[in-house]
Amino acid sequence: MPKDSGIGASSKRREDVRFLTGRGRYTADIQLHGQTYAAFARSIHAHARIVSIDTSAAEAMEGVLAVFTGADFAAVGGNPAGWLIQSRNGEAMKEPKRPVLAHGKVRHVGDAYAAVIAETPEIARSAVEALDVVFEELPAIVDMAAAVADSTNRVHDEISDNICYDWGWIEDNRAAVDAAFKAAPHVTSLKLINNRLVPNAMEPRASIGVYDPGTEDYKLYTTSQNPHLTRLLIAAFVMGIPEHKLNVIAPDVGGGFGSKIYHYGEEALVLAASRRIGRPVKWVADRSESFLTDAHGRDHVTTIELATDKQGNFLALRTETLANVGAYLSNFATVTPTFLHGTLMAGPYKTPLVYVNVKTVFTNTAPVDAYRGAGRPEATYSIERVVDKMCRELGLDPVAVRRQNFIQPDQFPYQTPVGLVYDTGNYGATLDKLMTLGNVSGFESRRAKSAENGKLRGFGLSTWVEACGIAPSALVGALGARVGLYDAATVRVNPTGNISVMVGAHSHGQGHETVFAQIVADKLGIPEANIDIVHGDTSKIPFGMGSYGSRSLAVCGSAMDKALDKVIAKGKKIAAHMLEAAEGDIIFADGKFSVTGTDKAKTFGEIAFSAYVPHNYPLATLEPGLEETAFYDPANFTYPAGAYGCEVEIDPDTGRVEVVSFTCADDFGNVMNPMIVEGQVHGGVAQGIGQALLEGCTYDDNGQLLSGSYMDYTMPRADDLPMYTVDHSCITPCTHNPLGVKGCGEAGAIGSPPAVVNAVIDALQRGGHTRITHIDMPLTPSRVWAAINA
Amino acid sequence: MMQLSDQRDIMADPATVWAALLNPDVLKASVPGCESMTGTADTQFEAVVVQKVGPVKATFTGVVKLSDRIEGKSLTINGEGKGGPAGFAKGGAHVTLEPIEGGTRLVYTVEANVGGKLAQLGSRIIDGFAKKMADEFFTRFQDTVEDDGEDDPEIAEGEAPKKGWFKRLIS
Repeated sequence: MPKDSGIGASSKRREDVRFLTGRGRYTADIQLHGQTYAAFARSIHAHARIVSIDTSAAEAMEGVLAVFTGADFAAVGGNPAGWLIQSRNGEAMKEPKRPVLAHGKVRHVGDAYAAVIAETPEIARSAVEALDVVFEELPAIVDMAAAVADSTNRVHDEISDNICYDWGWIEDNRAAVDAAFKAAPHVTSLKLINNRLVPNAMEPRASIGVYDPGTEDYKLYTTSQNPHLTRLLIAAFVMGIPEHKLNVIAPDVGGGFGSKIYHYGEEALVLAASRRIGRPVKWVADRSESFLTDAHGRDHVTTIELATDKQGNFLALRTETLANVGAYLSNFATVTPTFLHGTLMAGPYKTPLVYVNVKTVFTNTAPVDAYRGAGRPEATYSIERVVDKMCRELGLDPVAVRRQNFIQPDQFPYQTPVGLVYDTGNYGATLDKLMTLGNVSGFESRRAKSAENGKLRGFGLSTWVEACGIAPSALVGALGARVGLYDAATVRVNPTGNISVMVGAHSHGQGHETVFAQIVADKLGIPEANIDIVHGDTSKIPFGMGSYGSRSLAVCGSAMDKALDKVIAKGKKIAAHMLEAAEGDIIFADGKFSVTGTDKAKTFGEIAFSAYVPHNYPLATLEPGLEETAFYDPANFTYPAGAYGCEVEIDPDTGRVEVVSFTCADDFGNVMNPMIVEGQVHGGVAQGIGQALLEGCTYDDNGQLLSGSYMDYTMPRADDLPMYTVDHSCITPCTHNPLGVKGCGEAGAIGSPPAVVNAVIDALQRGGHTRITHIDMPLTPSRVWAAINA
Repeated sequence: MMQLSDQRDIMADPATVWAALLNPDVLKASVPGCESMTGTADTQFEAVVVQKVGPVKATFTGVVKLSDRIEGKSLTINGEGKGGPAGFAKGGAHVTLEPIEGGTRLVYTVEANVGGKLAQLGSRIIDGFAKKMADEFFTRFQDTVEDDGEDDPEIAEGEAPKKGWFKRLIS
C-alpha cells in the first residue's frame, strides 16, 4: 500500500505550483531600485594578444556609467581550482591565473575582456560595440593531441606547456597491470571520444551585485547551485570582501546540471561595479553567451584496453585519456577527469588490476568542468563499450560475461583496485530485474518484426556503479581537495509547532522542498504542510556545500536527520519535565512524547510551545527555544548502481537511430519519493540519449564555436525519446548514512550512453555490418549512414 | 575555413585585367555590398562592406592587401573585415592570369574564414555564402572589365556605370 505522505510517498512537488504558474522568482525577475546593467565585451578570437583597448568612445556615450577592463582586476586574485592534482612525477598541477576579465591575452571565443555598466541593457550593449580593441591574433590551440605535442604555442605563456597534469592512478600498480596484459590470453582495445557537451540549463546565468555604502555590505543574487562556495571563493580568493560582509542569494534557479556549481567572473564584476557606482548592477546572459561561456562537459579522448581469459573473465584494464580542460581551470575541472573518473574504472566488476592515465590539456576553448555525472559517465562509457567489444571478439554473451565478473553480494564492503570501498550492492539483482522488466528474452521476435519493416534492431546493455555524495572530508583532503565536503542543516521549530529547515543543499529543480519536508514530517509525525525548506541564502542558512554529485539527500539530508535527532532529544528533556517522568522513560512516536507504559503524553506542538513560552520549563537544566543545527561529514561515498537496457531501430537507408525502448533497473538505496526519483531518472536518461545520438559541441580549427546555437546544437526533444520503464525496487540501503540513501540525480546520464551505443552496434552487427565495431558519439544519421556505407 | 577554386575567361587582354585588379574603383564595383574603397594597390585599400550572413547583418571595416605580385601574371588578394560584435570575416584569393585566344583566363583559389557570432550562428551557411561572394565578385569583375560590344555612349547622369566601363576608360 503506497503511503500518501512522509518517506516513501510520491508527494506532489510543492515547488511546481510556482514554477508552473509563472510565479517562480529567478535572478532575472528581480528588479531593484536604481538598478543598472552590465554587458560584456567577449573575444571573437580563440587566441589573441590584446594590443590596446580604447574605451573613450564608450565612456562618452550618454547613459554609460563605467567601463571595466582586465587592468581593473590585475591586482585582485584569480578564480581558483578547488582540487590540487599531483602528476605522476610528483609535481603539482599547473594553475595559471583565471582573472575576472582577460588581461593581456584572450584565450577562447567568448572570453570577456571588458564590461560596460549603463542605465539600460541596450546602452550597455551599444557601448560594448563602441569599444575599440586591437587584437594581435595568435594560432589557436584546439586539438588536444596537438596541444600536448607543441609546447611552443601555449594557452598560458607563464607555464611551460599545455598540460595541466599527467596523472596516474594508481601509479604503483602500473607495472603489475602491464605485466598482466603481457601474459593475457586476450586483449581488447578501443579508442573512443566522449563528446563535448554544452550544458544548456533552461535559465541562462544571471547576477546582480548590490553594494550598500551605508553598511559596506555586499549582496549578490546569482544563478548558483552552490551559494556558500561562491561566497567563499569571492571572499577569500577573488575580491577579498570579508565573508561576513557578503551575502550570496541563489533564488529560484532554472537548472544547472553542473554548470552553475562554479564561480564565474561576471559575479565578481557586478559586485565590483556596484561598489564603484553605488547602485545595483545586473547582468543576464543571453543564450549565445551561455553557449560560449558556461563550463562545458565531457570532452575526453580515451584508449581503453581490457585483458581477459578466453572465457571473458576480466584480468586487467588500463586506459590513457586526454581530457580537455579548456582555456582556464574552472573550480572542479581538475578533479572531474581524475578522482571522479579514474576511481570508477573498476565499475561493478572484480577486475583485479586497473591502471588509469589522464593528461588534462589546456586549449583555446571554453572551460570544461563537471556536467551531470562528471567523470563517471566517461568511466562508464569506456568500460561498458570495451566489455561489449570483448564479448563480440570472443563470441560470448554480454549478459553472462557481466554476471560472471560482477562483485558478488557477499563481497561487500569491497575494496576496488582504484581506491574506493564500495559499501554495499547487488549488481546481479538489478540485472535480473532488467532482464524481466525489459522482456529481454522476447528480443528476437521483436527484432524479426523490425526486420520485416526493413529496420535493424539491436539490444544494448550497460551495468554500472557510480560514486555520489563526494566525501568524506578527511579522504578528499588527502587526495587534494581544497574544501571539505560535509553539509549542514538547521531545524527551527517555531512556537506554534511548525518548522523552517535551513539546508545547505541548493534545489535548482530537483524537488528538495518537497522531499526534505517529507523526511521531517515522517520523523516528527507532523503534516508536510507544516514544514518549509529554506535554501539558497547564505544569510539564512548555517553553511552548505551546495548541490552537485547527487549529494543533497545523502549528505545534507543526513545533516538534517541529525539535527532532527537533536530536536527530538531536547523535546524528550522538556517532555520529561512536563510529564514528571525520567528522561529515559520518554519515547517519541507518531508526533507524541509519551511516558513508556502509560497514557501520559504531550504532542510535538505542546512541547514546541513550552520551549518558547517557558512558564513551566526546566530552565535550570535546559535553555528555552527549540532549534538545532547539525553538520554531517559522511564516512564514505555512496554507490548507486544499476542495469540499463536499450533497444534501437536503425533505418539502414538513412542511418537514423530510433530508441524504441529504454529500461532502467536502479539500486538507489532507500527511496524517499518514488515519483521524484523516477523524474530524475527520466531527465538523466534524456541527457544520456542526447549525448549518445544528438549533442555535439564543435569548434573549428581556429577555435570558433560552430555549434553555438540551437540551429546547430541538437537538444533531445520529446519525440527523440521512448517511454521509459524505470524501476528502483532493488534496494541495498547505504550502510553509513542514517537515511540509507544513495543518490539518483546523475544515474540516468551515467548509465545510458553506453547502452544506446551498444544497442546501435548490436543492430548493425546483427544486420550483417560485422566490420562496424565502434562509432563515436553522437550517433547522428550521417555518421551511422557513413559507417554502413564505408 | 572553406576553400574553393574556379576559373573564368575574360574577354580582355591580360594587361587590362591586371590593371583592373589593382584599381580601387574596380574592386569597389566588384566586392558585393562595398560602400567605399580607398587607398592604393602599392600600400593597401581600406574598405567598408555591408553584408548579411544568415541572421547576422553587419558593417565590416577592413583592409585589402595585394601581395605576391608577379606583373601581369599572378597575385594574392587578402581582405580582413571587422564586423564589431558580429565577428570578423577574412578572405584570400590567389589569382593567376594566362592569355587565351581573345582574352585572359583568370584562375582563382579562394579561402575564407569567419569568427565570432558569424561562426557561432552562421557556420552552416558560411560555405555557401563564401562561394556566392566569390562568384559574385568575379562576375562583377568580369562585367566591369569586359567590353560587351554594345557601344552606349549616352549614360545618364547618376546612373550606375554599365559594364565594360573600365575597359573603355583605359582604352
